[in-house]
Amino acid sequence: MNLASLAPLAVVLPILGAALTFVLIRHSRAQRAVSIALLSLTLLLECLLLASVWNGGTAAVNIGGWVPPWGIVLVVDQFSSLMLVVSSAVSLAVLVYATGQGMADGDQDAPVSIFHPTYLILVAGVSNAFLSGDLFNLYVGFEILLTASYVLMTLGGTGPRIRAGVTYVVVSVVSSVLFLIAIAMVYGATGTINMADLAIKLSELDPGTKTLLHVMLLVAFGIKAAVFPLSFWLPDSYPTAPAPVTAVFAGLLTKVGVYAMVRTETLLFPGDSLNTPLMVVALLTMIVGILGALAQSDIKRLLSFTLVSHIGYMVFGLAMSSVAGLAAAVFYVAHHITIQTSLFLVTGLIERRGGSSSVDRLAGLAKLSPLLALLFFVPAMNLAGIPPFSGFLGKLGLMQAGIGLGTPLAYALVIGGVLTSLLTLLAVARVWNRAFWRKAEDAEHPDPVLLAVPAPEGGATAVRLLPWTMVGSTLGLVVLGVALTVFAGPLFQVADQSAAAMLDRSSYIQAVLGDGTPVPAVALGGGGR
Amino acid sequence: MTVNLTLLTVMGALYACGIYLILERSLTRVLLGLMLLANATNLLILATGGYAGLAPFFSKDTDPASYNDPLPQALILTSIVISFAVTAFMLGIIYRTWLLARQDDIQDDIEDRRVAETPSFDAEDDAVIPVETSEFPLPKLGSDGSDSSAAAEPAATVEAGGRTLLAEHAALEEKPGSGNIAAIDNDNAPRAGGAK
Repeated sequence: MNLASLAPLAVVLPILGAALTFVLIRHSRAQRAVSIALLSLTLLLECLLLASVWNGGTAAVNIGGWVPPWGIVLVVDQFSSLMLVVSSAVSLAVLVYATGQGMADGDQDAPVSIFHPTYLILVAGVSNAFLSGDLFNLYVGFEILLTASYVLMTLGGTGPRIRAGVTYVVVSVVSSVLFLIAIAMVYGATGTINMADLAIKLSELDPGTKTLLHVMLLVAFGIKAAVFPLSFWLPDSYPTAPAPVTAVFAGLLTKVGVYAMVRTETLLFPGDSLNTPLMVVALLTMIVGILGALAQSDIKRLLSFTLVSHIGYMVFGLAMSSVAGLAAAVFYVAHHITIQTSLFLVTGLIERRGGSSSVDRLAGLAKLSPLLALLFFVPAMNLAGIPPFSGFLGKLGLMQAGIGLGTPLAYALVIGGVLTSLLTLLAVARVWNRAFWRKAEDAEHPDPVLLAVPAPEGGATAVRLLPWTMVGSTLGLVVLGVALTVFAGPLFQVADQSAAAMLDRSSYIQAVLGDGTPVPAVALGGGGR
Repeated sequence: MTVNLTLLTVMGALYACGIYLILERSLTRVLLGLMLLANATNLLILATGGYAGLAPFFSKDTDPASYNDPLPQALILTSIVISFAVTAFMLGIIYRTWLLARQDDIQDDIEDRRVAETPSFDAEDDAVIPVETSEFPLPKLGSDGSDSSAAAEPAATVEAGGRTLLAEHAALEEKPGSGNIAAIDNDNAPRAGGAK
């Protein structure tokens, strides 16, 4: 219980790190050491938080000592602490990777030393969004991470990045305005923005107002999570950013949107009133996303489309409103953050080794660098859901929950999910066949690097192309992805417990508002049929 | 709760203008639109605080209609700061676009256009696979149809029918209609159409 009161440090430590690295902006070595040390400390702290709620339970921290319905409250439960640990582990790996890339390219004096402070602010924003128990604080968390992401997206200010940045900034600002409008309307309707308090007061509203608020929040979060009709900004803007930035965006930013959708669906608006539209949207997200991926020849764009497509699985799990479905969605979010990030990091390595990220121009990488081939192959098969990897387990959980639900729409989603999984396999197999498997002579305009005779082991060329820090951090993430498979049992157990607790709501509401608070019953049968 | 009609009208007008402006392709207009939307939202939040001019006192016994809620103004303050930062950043981006491209318009994604124009035929995936029936060393063909072996080893020769022939001519020595000739023709024909 005492451990949970350290929760604000998950936000404060990265911000402190950002301030320090900003002061040290002219000392890149110190900057690197500070940011890696503080992020490791944050990760350690979050592991402690997760351990403290591992067997269930929810803890709330009142910021500044203000009593909950009025003050800001941070809530630590199984879902939020699991997300914190996974996201910090991933961002630490990406930070090491980015540091390695910077050192290999010798940019000690480059003007992009702004990277470290901005990156730490991004991490603080993500942590704040995961921990927040207050709708406006959630908005602030979103804004912190978005503003940092605008800077990271346009790092260096080259033409393509500025072009992509414009799309990204405008879409994000519009979604933030929608979120803010939703907050204003929620406040106008209920007089509170504390999420636990809202859970009680929203159930007293008349159904029309409730549906309006519900839809507005879902649309605002749907843009951030890149759910189908609102997803077109993502493949246009992500691929142009630097490789580590794309990797961390792909892993974390859309998942923060998914996290907010999960909280909206379970805590604020429980019941099944919007389950049917959510399921249709999930199906379309999966199918349209993966069809887009098949048409791409650039690996980064292909991965961006698979990212959109696999958000559909999480929305599917969420839309079932059952413990099994929600648990599978929680597991899938943790799996997908790790896998998608490691794939983007590997793509960065491929681009360094092969001189391009287009599958038309790459060839023969399996022979040039067997380690790189292994690093791509494992997460790619994991993403496609080949047994025994965690992608398979997550999808299996979703399919079981879908069949357990037994409605025609759920069956359609199960079929769509299997189809998407197969098409994902096709998309990554295409990358594998071309970039790794075929002969270098078969590529269109191959980069001279591919045709050159491989340098002897430990030679100067090999070190520059694939620095060990970059390979090591990618390897770490791939191993983490495999570890999610090995420890899937305990993880699924936590996911199950957290899903049950989120659907029950009483532990969350009573942790924030006090033990005696009555929890309103969930009204089912609104529009699910 | 009483609502200030003037505030409401202004808010509606700001939303309408803002939405109209963000639909333009000019970046400056989009920025103006976003600013109007942010300010309209601030007015919306202000309207939830109750009628202006009342004191922000609170005690359990006060009638809700007789005091003003101060919280929305704190929210507005935060939202003003955020929209200020975003506006400054947008101005920076717009200036940078102007420096780089000398235009104030939203530009298309080139890769998007390229993918859209890619023909559905893909030489690597869809071409007929040549059937190699001969054990003679045949010219190696690259995926784009270029003869890569000729460049690497131009002097490759084959003994055929008592004469010494260049390797690429050896295949042509076979009768038309034999496996090799047909395969090479099939392989080349669609590529000429499919190549850009």
